[in-house]
Amino acid sequence: MTTAQSATAPSGAADPLLSVRDLTVTVKDRGIIRPLVADLSFELAAGETLAIAGESGSGKSITSLAIMGLLPNNVSVTSGQALLEGTDLPSLPERQMRAWRGARVAMIFQEPMTSLNPVHTIGSQMTEVIRAHEAVSIGAARAASIEALRKVRIPEPERRMKQYPHELSGGMRQRVMIAMALALRPSLLIADEPTTALDVTVQREVLELLRDLQKETGTAIILITHDMGVVAECADRVVVMRHGRMVETAPVNQLFSAPSHDYTRALLAAVPRLGTGARRAKPLPPVTNAPVAKLVNARVHFDIGANFFGRPTHRVHAVEGISFDIRPGETFGLVGESGCGKSTVAKSLAGLVPHQGHIEVDGQALTALTTQGKRDICRNIQMVFQDPMAALDPRMTVGEAVSEPLLIHGIGTAKERHACAAELFDRVGLTPEQMSRYPHEFSGGQRQRICVARALALKPKLIICDESVSALDVSVQSQVLQLLEELQRETDVSYLFISHDMAVVENVVDRLAVMYLGQIVEMGTRDQVFGDPRHSYTKRLLDAVPIPDPARKRQPYARPTTEIPSPIHRIGTPPDRLKLHNVGDGHFVADDH
Amino acid sequence: MAGYLFRRLFQSALILLGVSFITFVLLYVLPADPVRQIAGRSATAQTVENIRQQLGLDQPFLVQYWRYVSGLVQGDMGRSYLQKTEVSTLIAARLPASLLLMAGGIACELVIGLTLGVIAAVFRGRPLDQGLMVTSFVAVSAPQFVVGLLLLYVFAVQLGWFPIGGYGTAAHLVLPAVTLGIMGSGWYSRMMRSSMVEVLRQDYIRTARAKGLTRARILLHHALPNAILPIIAMIGIDIGIFMGGIVVVESVFGWPGIGQLAWQAIQRVDIPIIMGVTMVSATAIVLGNLLADLVTPMIDPRIKLR
Repeated sequence: MTTAQSATAPSGAADPLLSVRDLTVTVKDRGIIRPLVADLSFELAAGETLAIAGESGSGKSITSLAIMGLLPNNVSVTSGQALLEGTDLPSLPERQMRAWRGARVAMIFQEPMTSLNPVHTIGSQMTEVIRAHEAVSIGAARAASIEALRKVRIPEPERRMKQYPHELSGGMRQRVMIAMALALRPSLLIADEPTTALDVTVQREVLELLRDLQKETGTAIILITHDMGVVAECADRVVVMRHGRMVETAPVNQLFSAPSHDYTRALLAAVPRLGTGARRAKPLPPVTNAPVAKLVNARVHFDIGANFFGRPTHRVHAVEGISFDIRPGETFGLVGESGCGKSTVAKSLAGLVPHQGHIEVDGQALTALTTQGKRDICRNIQMVFQDPMAALDPRMTVGEAVSEPLLIHGIGTAKERHACAAELFDRVGLTPEQMSRYPHEFSGGQRQRICVARALALKPKLIICDESVSALDVSVQSQVLQLLEELQRETDVSYLFISHDMAVVENVVDRLAVMYLGQIVEMGTRDQVFGDPRHSYTKRLLDAVPIPDPARKRQPYARPTTEIPSPIHRIGTPPDRLKLHNVGDGHFVADDH
Repeated sequence: MAGYLFRRLFQSALILLGVSFITFVLLYVLPADPVRQIAGRSATAQTVENIRQQLGLDQPFLVQYWRYVSGLVQGDMGRSYLQKTEVSTLIAARLPASLLLMAGGIACELVIGLTLGVIAAVFRGRPLDQGLMVTSFVAVSAPQFVVGLLLLYVFAVQLGWFPIGGYGTAAHLVLPAVTLGIMGSGWYSRMMRSSMVEVLRQDYIRTARAKGLTRARILLHHALPNAILPIIAMIGIDIGIFMGGIVVVESVFGWPGIGQLAWQAIQRVDIPIIMGVTMVSATAIVLGNLLADLVTPMIDPRIKLR
């Protein structure tokens, strides 16, 4: 298929594939026009990978939507051009743009879980993109779809064609998205945070897949990401954006070795890196102290399915025989991929899901507690969640939110509670004047500080941080982590730090446990687990973490050939228990299969 | 699936039993005396007592209820007090007309409501959307007897396009069905609009646009099946509201259905007919809900019945 060259296109063999010139995108919000992207210019050659990196609100996603002509209604390109093969895409009328989208320029998105239509089969969604652009028969479109699925290394593509999105794992769905995007061999693929929602081992597979496909097809890729590790692994060149403007552009090696702009330097400095955790020299809390929390053979099961009589047939072994303790003043890490049961451990510890086995908090067994006792235990355990916006009541001022735990537990007079909240605001780096505002008036990082303040209100002995910094930009992330560390030094509070991000975990925890399918496969101090990982799963997790250093190209990843096993078992046939062995000095490792 | 259906049918039977009990209690404590209605004003105390005994109305409540329910499970709905005919015969004669009217009404409200809802969602925030939503509000608030009389006056009396009342041809069905459907179409257009607005915001719609599909394909193939899912459950519940509407509409248009039968029976305290119509309506509602639950997994593969 040849494209009609527009009259304005410059001629010459060395023309870039995509040329963005002085692109300005504005949003009209209640009559006020505000720029989201200003005077952005960059070029992209055929077969090249350009990363657009930046934190939230930098305009990187808006840029990609502008090129695709998918801007929201109140957002528009006000000046500048985005020339693909000489045609200015934003100026094309919708009808003509439709012929480009999906065929010459394709896009994949962050959330593979929601990016496919739940009510149509994979096959129907694959074939329709082919038939929308090429006059081929259904049979030919089907054959082409199966071929495209095979290319993205989906096992049994014929069977997948008949399946619905919910029957596939997140990684599989993202492969389907890639297959769909590349089915018509577009010259440009825009990947907007393509691996952010995926587990780290899956992320690595998908990134390698993209790279391999690019070699094969010569498609140019714009990779939009906040993750400097991903940038270092994949990009040829990088554009760093901030507040809608380009801060710096450079080849990837140069950007990482000699960043020219202060912001780039600050951004790179804030990136958590594996192998730097040891610099935080802090003695481990003494073992002799009575633990703040202790789990012995804790189990959490959920029954699912139903037979003819409505009885459950299967059981999810979300947590299967977990034992560990958390000491005063310690940060205990719990790591693993999605579905491994780490959040369920946290919930059972906070008494939010019923458990079997023994869990005690501050010396009291949870199962033995009365209603009043359960209430009192809440004073010792507080949680900070992943999404601070969802964790704060939008109709409550943040001051009310922070003093609410005191109110619930009947502590102090209204005046004292207010004073206490003011002190907490001060403590987490906000001002007491901000107490009368609402959550939407704050930034993501500030909101998470408010959640931390709320967790601190009852002076708990243990705070559970469930992916508490995962949704934050790296610079904000490091600030919040610093705050948590300071608070620990002052108050001797313990943290149960749950995260999928190995680099962050290495920087904050004292000890940690690695979970896989509801069980612990390895446990020990940070130095033991990160310095001397023994279990194959721990090694694989560490191996998959992208390294923010383009000079260190890694070996191709040993891809697991089988589907991910599931923690769901038939009732009556529970999973095999892993046995932990002490390999020295409190470093426990499970048998490898 | 078979297990699911079996369980649901069993539950439905229990619900119907409950309905029969509550209705029976309500009719029992009703201050109006059916025997007085039958006997007439001039009857002697002895005659009244004889009729009472004949009908078994002198028995304790539980005995009366037991007799009724044991008859019901054998398909015997009792005899009308005044018309001296089997209730099942009376209802069977009139049920087809009511079902026809109901089908017409539902078709009318869905076609009007869903279409306008989709249009409003596509033009969200623009004058067309606002106009449609005001109209839907009027449709929801307008009492059915007013709408019925208005339609009758304009389209039957003034324009003469449709017959004024009665039953028989397709032309007879139009005005009653529209009257019955108009209120629901207001509801459905609002529900469909908000459901559609929500769906159009989803990531998979953005994916569909990124694939270069036409607007029509995105709307009809990708958005509509997802947007209609919450509506289906509503249709099941809606049959109950329809039953109330049918009584009014059948009276306005002289439609020979069970609504009219019920209306007459209520006026004359003809308890077996009231009970019979109530049970038939309740069965329709229960089956309608069951049907809605059975249809949902055909559209949404994530839902499994068990």
